Amino acid sequence: MADTGRPRGEELPGRFKRPGVFQFCAYVLLVGFVFLSFQGAGWSFSAILSGGPAMADFLSRAWPPSMERLPQLSAALLETFQMALAGTIIGVVVSLPLAVLAAKGLSRHTPISRIFYSSSRLLIAFFRTVPDLVWALVFVITVGLGPFAGTLAIAVDTVGFCGRFFAEAMEDVEKGPSEALTAAGASKLDTIFCAVVPAAMPSFITTSLFALEKATRSSVVLGLVGAGGIGIELKVAMDFFDYQLAMTIILMIFVLVLCVERLGSIARNRILEGTPR
Amino acid sequence: MAQAQVQVSGVEAPVTISRTSAAESVRELSVSGLVKSFGKDKGILHGISFSVHRRESVALIGSNGAGKSTALRCALRLIEPDDGSVHLFDDEITSMQLSRLRKVRADVGFVFQKHNLVPRISALSNVLHGNLGRVGGMRGWSQLFASTALRERAMSCLDRVGLADQAMKRADQLSGGQSQRVAIARALMQEPRMIVADEPVASLDPIAGQEVMELFHQLTQEKGITLLFTSHNVEQALAYSDRVIAIRRGTIVLDAASNTLSLSDLSKHYG
Repeated sequence: MADTGRPRGEELPGRFKRPGVFQFCAYVLLVGFVFLSFQGAGWSFSAILSGGPAMADFLSRAWPPSMERLPQLSAALLETFQMALAGTIIGVVVSLPLAVLAAKGLSRHTPISRIFYSSSRLLIAFFRTVPDLVWALVFVITVGLGPFAGTLAIAVDTVGFCGRFFAEAMEDVEKGPSEALTAAGASKLDTIFCAVVPAAMPSFITTSLFALEKATRSSVVLGLVGAGGIGIELKVAMDFFDYQLAMTIILMIFVLVLCVERLGSIARNRILEGTPR
Repeated sequence: MAQAQVQVSGVEAPVTISRTSAAESVRELSVSGLVKSFGKDKGILHGISFSVHRRESVALIGSNGAGKSTALRCALRLIEPDDGSVHLFDDEITSMQLSRLRKVRADVGFVFQKHNLVPRISALSNVLHGNLGRVGGMRGWSQLFASTALRERAMSCLDRVGLADQAMKRADQLSGGQSQRVAIARALMQEPRMIVADEPVASLDPIAGQEVMELFHQLTQEKGITLLFTSHNVEQALAYSDRVIAIRRGTIVLDAASNTLSLSDLSKHYG
């Protein structure tokens, strides 16, 4: 008999564990639901194939892009980015204290801190789960049409996004430095700002830059509901079948988002490799 | 005064250390009937009692899981003990309010096995953090905001451990030995009456470990700081302590002056 090099008395373990009856049924239900979801979403290959000529027609009518209103569109694009930047900065600043309250293990185990913990988590979840377009509609009603409504919508959406990831980043930092500062007599607040925040900083920076990229894309769409920026220009161009102008706007948005992503990546690397405090 | 001559091996050239005990009869730390368990059937400490006197150097030895680190943490209430009492300096701390406990902790420098420096900030800011028990808020958070007097004191602590030239280097870019020296400088920043060190050389190579233990030895001699440290290295435990306490499965099984012990006396407490 060939020597398998296996210790005697030890069975070769299976490649995967055989699922139980309930687990197997859950898998079957999941696969079934995914299949039904495609049906429910009206997925149709024939529609894609028949839509090809219409797409070609749109592209032929949209090309070449129109350069007529470039100065006005550039101003609207700048406003879009300004909304994204201001909204993200407000959102990040508000997220930080909320995330500290919402992070597990950072606050003391008292009834009051538990209330703060639960309510801040609930607030962050609420901000995150309501789509930014809905926030934009709400703020258009409350503060009126224009970029301020869009900025507020982005800020609230950013709190929902960053609040969650900031809290998770702080929960994941190594506990050693915090313990060292506690042992030296530091207060809870000192420990958070000296040990937890610096350790979570790479994650904060990455999340904030992603939030800015996300906000830049969102700010385009927010214009569709009157919350400022270039979105409204795109809607008008499409409504009036001015596809060449629409193509110009689409390409301008593409360049803006690409620039923000690229600059974000450079900034991320520069900051993370930066000199220590 | 006890005199001890111990030869330390495990490094390239064996070193002979001449140690003079200056221990006084005043108790700095007194632990009595300390009990700690983590969940049911996970008892770590079963009512241990020991004390450490002023200017004394005490080594706590025992195999992995014996309860050494838990005992040190319970002694400072970094972990809450289930039962027992701890007198630190002149205070009973087990029932003490957190705000008062912080002031007591400020007099104890705790050095950890994994150094526990804050990674992305400078060595100088890390050392400044040692003063947070006395100067909290933004002025204590970073060398950016600290007063000149504090920055100078932090620099002198770094200088004392031979790392003044590394002050602005990021903590996560230091070698293991350098990191532990910065951690000791952070403890010195506290101007401690006592240093508690939990396996301070376990993550270092033998040479760096020897240097760190030598530094502890110098500090206790120069500044009269009381030292309580845990170690797996029985040679170092004998060389750098006035007294050795051995823990086995959460119970103290030996408490004797180092100069009355041999390596074999300590080795049998492992395994």
